[in-house]
Amino acid sequence: MAPALLTVENLNKSFGGIAATDHVDLIVEAGEIHAVIGPNGAGKTTLVAQLSGELRPDGGEIKFVGQNITPLAAHARAHLGIARTFQITNLMLDMTVRDNVALAVQAYAGHSFRFWADARCEERLVEPAMAALARVGLADRAGSIARAMSHGEHRQLEIAIALATEPRLLLLDEPMAGMGVEEAQSMVAFLDGLKGEKTMLLVEHDMDAVFALADRITVLVHGKVIASGAPDEIRGDAAVRRAYLGDEGPLSNEESG
Amino acid sequence: MDRITAFSPRGWSMTVALSLLALLPIYVAVTGQTFYLDLASRLMILGMAAVSLNLILGNGGMISFGHAAYLGIGAYCVGIPAYYGIYDGLIQIPLAVACSALFALVTGAICLRTKGVYFIMITMAFTQMVFYGFVSMEEFGGDDGLVIDLRSQFAGLLDIEGATGLYYFILISLLAVLFLVYRITRSRFGMVIEGARANERRMQAIGYDTYRYRLVCYVIAGAICGYAGALLGNFTHFISPEMMDWTASGELIFMVVLGGTGTLFGPVLGAAAFVLLEEWLSTITIYWQFLFGALLIAVVLFWRGGINGFVDWAADQIPGRIITRTRDWIRRAPWRQRS
Repeated sequence: MAPALLTVENLNKSFGGIAATDHVDLIVEAGEIHAVIGPNGAGKTTLVAQLSGELRPDGGEIKFVGQNITPLAAHARAHLGIARTFQITNLMLDMTVRDNVALAVQAYAGHSFRFWADARCEERLVEPAMAALARVGLADRAGSIARAMSHGEHRQLEIAIALATEPRLLLLDEPMAGMGVEEAQSMVAFLDGLKGEKTMLLVEHDMDAVFALADRITVLVHGKVIASGAPDEIRGDAAVRRAYLGDEGPLSNEESG
Repeated sequence: MDRITAFSPRGWSMTVALSLLALLPIYVAVTGQTFYLDLASRLMILGMAAVSLNLILGNGGMISFGHAAYLGIGAYCVGIPAYYGIYDGLIQIPLAVACSALFALVTGAICLRTKGVYFIMITMAFTQMVFYGFVSMEEFGGDDGLVIDLRSQFAGLLDIEGATGLYYFILISLLAVLFLVYRITRSRFGMVIEGARANERRMQAIGYDTYRYRLVCYVIAGAICGYAGALLGNFTHFISPEMMDWTASGELIFMVVLGGTGTLFGPVLGAAAFVLLEEWLSTITIYWQFLFGALLIAVVLFWRGGINGFVDWAADQIPGRIITRTRDWIRRAPWRQRS
């Protein structure tokens, strides 16, 4: 059998005495949307940081298509095809929307030790950048300075940047964070449209979104995986209900709604 | 950095400034005031150094407090061969560029592992090391420095022994450096440098090993400044460790900030303002540096774009409107209309 796209084995990370990631195992199969949920402080963002290479785990192994990528830096993992979006918008705010995306294209279109030709005139960079922007619905904002855009547009731009790198795996860290209801709905529809084309690991607070999109869900509490399975299994899982009812209980809302 | 066209305020105002610079030797020849030629020469050399610093400081966000090291290294690469009777500019200048690049590569590889205030301090520390290194070299005059008896020779092809010859050599060098930096900042490489300044974490997430790009940028800036240093040694006929004193590095930062960080012409304008104000204010009071400090504070607080921003603004006023109207009129001209 071909190896899974992403395999996490026995991953550990502590900050002081707190285990942010506690013996986590996770498998993401090609083509699926795998959601990671959990209450605040469950270690979701810490997990994404370790998967993307920003944070070194204390122990355990991360494999991408069978290759151990644990020692690789963030930029090297990006080159293998792992792209991420950030929970807190993380853009080149003083650059134009087009430049933000073109830089992502450029990272994969040959090397960048080219000192003479005008990068903004390179069709090879501009065209895929514009295509990625069109895809998320920002084509008409291409010339704007990123800073001047709304929060929702920033979130879309995050996705466009990630898509422009033509990743095999998208790590989406709360793509709906801070969005209004309508914006969140259109983001869900957009991610649904990507389904099957891109494999995604989706970290999200919005339970409606998670249950609408995910093929499989892993629940993280205090850094530990307490359940993993299809959405229906998770919905019925006693441990998950307990963890959530002790918190804010969004799962029960989901059931009633 | 915006694209420069003939009709943009920056484009035409700089054309005017450069034309004046090109014609200055004629004015000097008529009036005999060679002092202005010296002033402009020094201004343009420091302008080149400031342009190179701006490449790392303004575009790259790497605040180096040791950039004067390259002025010194460049100058000593002219002075030391001259001391041994080697006056060939085709040896001296490539040597200056190569030594500066090498120094930037070695120190940059270490400095760029640090960030923020640590980067500032470590770049300064390396420059101090070079400073004391040359102070201790008694053979080359120690802290008294060394007189260069002849300027660089170019096998009879080029004569920079006279003030006018050197002046044009410096002016052409400045234009070449500006054009080079303009191309670099708009290239793929320049985009990566700009992106790494704006958001290094994001750049790494999309797949850039930002360290490597920054190091190359650091080396390019060092090499350009080393070239400016070679010209400075030629210009002053004299080299001394004082050229790379930490205050000299501070003055280069001053020029960049005063002129407008991250802009193409800003550092040259900053250097011009620095040299001219130093000259003018020091005739008024011996406490001229006090007034200088006040000016810098005012620029930082009230005019972030520096002098460059001011020139853009001013050029965009009445003259800018005339130019825009003319351009629009030309575009709409009957002979350009298709029926």
